[in-house]
Amino acid sequence: MSERASVPKEDQTETEQDDDREPITTGAQSVIRALENAGTDYVFGVQGGAIMPVYDALYDSDITHVTMAHEQGASHAADAYGVVTGDPGVCFATSGPGATNLVTGIADASMDSDPMIALTGQVPTDFVGNDAFQETDTVGITQPITKESYFAGDSDTVGDNVSEAFALAASGRQGPTLVDLPKDVTQGETDREPMAPTTPDTYDVPEEADDTDVQEAVEALADAERPVILAGGGVIKADASPALREFATEYEIPVITTMPGIGSFPEDHELSLEWAGMHGTGYANLAITNTDCMLAIGTRFDDRLTGGVDSFAPDAEIIHVDIDPAEISKNIYADYPLIGDAKMVLRQLYDAMPRAPDADEWRERCQDWKSEYPMTYEMPDDEPLKPQYIVETFSEVTDDDTIVCTGVGQHQMWASQFWEFTEPRTWVSSHGLGTMGYGAPAAIGAKLAAPDQEVVCFDGDGSFLMTVQELIVAVREQLDITYVVLNNEAVGMVRQWQDGFYEGRRMASEYPWIPQFDKLAEAFGARGFRLEDEADVEDTIQAAREYDGPAVIDAIIDPAENVFPMVPSGGDNGLFALEESHLEML
Amino acid sequence: MPGPAPDERMRPEGRRNSQGIRVDPEAEVTHEPRQAVLSALVKHRPGVLAEISGLFSRRQFNIESLTVGPTVDEDTARMTILIEEPEPGIDQAKKQLQKLVPVISVTELEPEAVRRELALIKVGGEKPDDVNAVAEMYGGQAVDAATDSVTVEVTGSKPKIDAAVEAFKQFDVQEVVRTGAAALERGADTLEKHD
Ligand SMILES: Cc1ncc(C[n+]2csc(CCOP(=O)(O)OP(=O)(O)O)c2C)c(N)n1
Repeated sequence: MSERASVPKEDQTETEQDDDREPITTGAQSVIRALENAGTDYVFGVQGGAIMPVYDALYDSDITHVTMAHEQGASHAADAYGVVTGDPGVCFATSGPGATNLVTGIADASMDSDPMIALTGQVPTDFVGNDAFQETDTVGITQPITKESYFAGDSDTVGDNVSEAFALAASGRQGPTLVDLPKDVTQGETDREPMAPTTPDTYDVPEEADDTDVQEAVEALADAERPVILAGGGVIKADASPALREFATEYEIPVITTMPGIGSFPEDHELSLEWAGMHGTGYANLAITNTDCMLAIGTRFDDRLTGGVDSFAPDAEIIHVDIDPAEISKNIYADYPLIGDAKMVLRQLYDAMPRAPDADEWRERCQDWKSEYPMTYEMPDDEPLKPQYIVETFSEVTDDDTIVCTGVGQHQMWASQFWEFTEPRTWVSSHGLGTMGYGAPAAIGAKLAAPDQEVVCFDGDGSFLMTVQELIVAVREQLDITYVVLNNEAVGMVRQWQDGFYEGRRMASEYPWIPQFDKLAEAFGARGFRLEDEADVEDTIQAAREYDGPAVIDAIIDPAENVFPMVPSGGDNGLFALEESHLEML
Repeated sequence: MPGPAPDERMRPEGRRNSQGIRVDPEAEVTHEPRQAVLSALVKHRPGVLAEISGLFSRRQFNIESLTVGPTVDEDTARMTILIEEPEPGIDQAKKQLQKLVPVISVTELEPEAVRRELALIKVGGEKPDDVNAVAEMYGGQAVDAATDSVTVEVTGSKPKIDAAVEAFKQFDVQEVVRTGAAALERGADTLEKHD
C-alpha cells in the first residue's frame, strides 16, 4: 500500500507561520495547499490535459494520489472514503470526458448525502463556451447533483474556492461539491495562501432544536402506546449512533433503521427490528405500519422506505429530526419537526423526556413478529448454492467492525439482510441512486480509509462487470479486500421483477455470457476462487480472507433465488410478500 | 409458511393523503393550489439564474413568472418568483430555494404586496390617436411611433396588463413582451429585516 500522507490530522488547521512548505507560486499549488490544509490524505483520480497543472503541483505534496482505472471509480472510491471516515473524499478528473465520467459518482454521493469533493480540469477561460477540445459545461451538468459547483475564475482565489467547497461538503447535511479549474487559472501565477476551510456566509447550519418544540415532541412520545424510532443515514453522518443507543435503551423504544441507517443501531440488540422498506424485515415493516408515534431521525422518507405514502405509518404522529429543513414534511408530514444536528437533538430529547412510554405490550408484539416472520431461507440438499448462506457464513466469521460494500441488485439486499451489522460506518452501499458498479471501487476507498478493518465486497455479476477494471487498482495498491461475486448469470433484480410483474418475459436480463470471474481476477493479478458447493463455503471464505491482497470469489449461486420479503413499489409496507405467490394477492 | 399472509395481518385504520398528511379515513382532504409570490435576495454572480430556474424545473414546481434584477447593493440581486402550488409545495419551494448556496434570504410576500409588471405592445400604426386613447385608459403611453406601427408601454398588476393586451387587440397586435411580476412588501418591511 502506498505511504499515507505524513501530515498528522491535528496539524491540519495550523497556519503558514510554523510550516516550512514552499511558498505558493501558481493557482494549482494553492489548490493543493487548500486540500492539505483541510487534512486530505488521499485523492482518487485520472490524469488528463486540463488537470495536468494540478497533478504537477501534487507531485510535491504528501497527499497520496490513487490512480483509478476510470473516473467513475474515482468518484465512488472518494464517496466510500467519505462514508467511512466522515471527512470528504476527494476525486480528480480532467475536463470533458473525465468530468462526465465523474457524474454518476457525484450524483450517488448527492442522493446519499455523502461528503465528497470533485476537482475537474477545464479548458482555459478564453476557450470556455467555444466547444473547445474536451470542453463540457461541468458546472452546468453538475449543479443539480452537488451542494454547490464552483467555476474557479481567478488564480488568486482558486484556493479559496477549494477550501470553501471542502468545508461545505463536510458541514450540515453533507454532500458533494465540485470546483471546475480552467487550465489558465491553475497555471496562472499567484502567491496567495488559500483561506482556512470556511463555509460560505449564506450557509447556516442549525445545531440545537427549539426547546419548546422538543418539549412537545417528548410529551407525544412518552404518551405513545406503540412507539418506534426510525433511524436513517443521518444518524451515522452526525456520529449520533452512541446517543441513539443511549436514548433507545433508556426509554425502551424499538428501533428500526432505514437501509442507509444500517449500523446506526446494533442489529443484535433486543430492541432492534433491523431495517424497513421494500426488502426490509417483516417485523420492521409491521412495526412501521402499526406504530402510533414515530421518532424519525435523519431520514428523508425515500419511497423505497415508505412504499405508498398513503399507507406509511398511517396511525402515527411523526416526530422528525433533521438538519435539513427542506426534508421536513417533504414526503411525510411531520407533526413535530425538530430541526438540528441529530446528536445534539438526541441529547435534548434524552434530557427532556418525562418518562418511558408505557409500551410493554407493544414491545412483546414486536418480538412476536420477529418469531412469526423470521429472516430465513430454504436450503434443500440437492439445490445450488444459496447466496444468503454465503453472506451469513461470512458474517459469522468476521469481526464487528468489518466493512461491507456492495453493488446494486439482489446481492445488495441479501448482504443487508443476512449480514449482522452492529457498528456505524461499516455498511457502504449505493442507496438513493442505486448505482450498479459502486461496489468494486467503493471497496478500494473504504480500505484506504480504514486500513486496519477487514473489507468485503458483495457484488453481482452485472454490477461487478460495470467497474471490474478497478481490480487493477486493488492489486497495484495491494489492498486486502475480499470480493464475493454472487453470480446468478443475470441482472437478477431485474429478472425478479420481470418474473413478478412482467409475466416472466425476461427481456435483456439473463447474462449467459458472463466471464469466469476467478480467472478474470487472476488476469488482473488478484487471487481467484470458484465456489460452487455448499460444503466449500467456509473454507473458500477463509482462504480468500487469508490471502494478503485482493481476492475474488466467483460464487455460482442458485439462479432461481429471489429476494423476500418484498413490498411492491408504491405498496403497503404491512402487506409485504413473503414469496412469489403473495405478490398476486397484493 | 411463516406468519400470517398479507390479508390476515394486524392493520391500523388510518391513512395519509398523497402529500403524506394523515387524514380522517372518512374524509378526502387534499390541498388546492394557490398562488404565492416569493421574493429572494441572491448573490449577484454568473450562473445564479440557471441555478434557481434549474431548481424549479427539476423539482417540477409550477412557475408562473420569474424576474430578476440588481438591487442597490451591487453584489446582490433580487428575484420575484410567482408559483402556483398546493400549500406543501409552496413550503418546499421556499425551503429548497433557501438551501441554495447563492441564496441570501427568501420570503413569501403578503397577498397585498405591491406587484407590478411591464408590457410593451406593438400595434399597427393606422389609428395612432385611438391607440393613444386606449393607452391612456390603462395609464400607459406610446414610446415609439413609426408610419406603420406604434409601441405602447403599460405597467400594472397582471389583470390590468391582461385587460390592456385584450383591449389593444382591436389594433392588430404585432408583438407583445411582458416582464412578469416584480414585487415589494408594503410598508417599511424589507427583505433584509425579515429573516
Ligand atoms: C448503472 C445501473 N444500470 C442499471 C440499473 C438497473 N438495475 C437495478 S438492479 C439491476 C440488476 C443488478 O444485477 P447484478 O449486479 O448482477 O446483481 P443481482 O441482482 O443479480 O444480484 C439492474 C440492471 C442500475 N441500478 N444501475
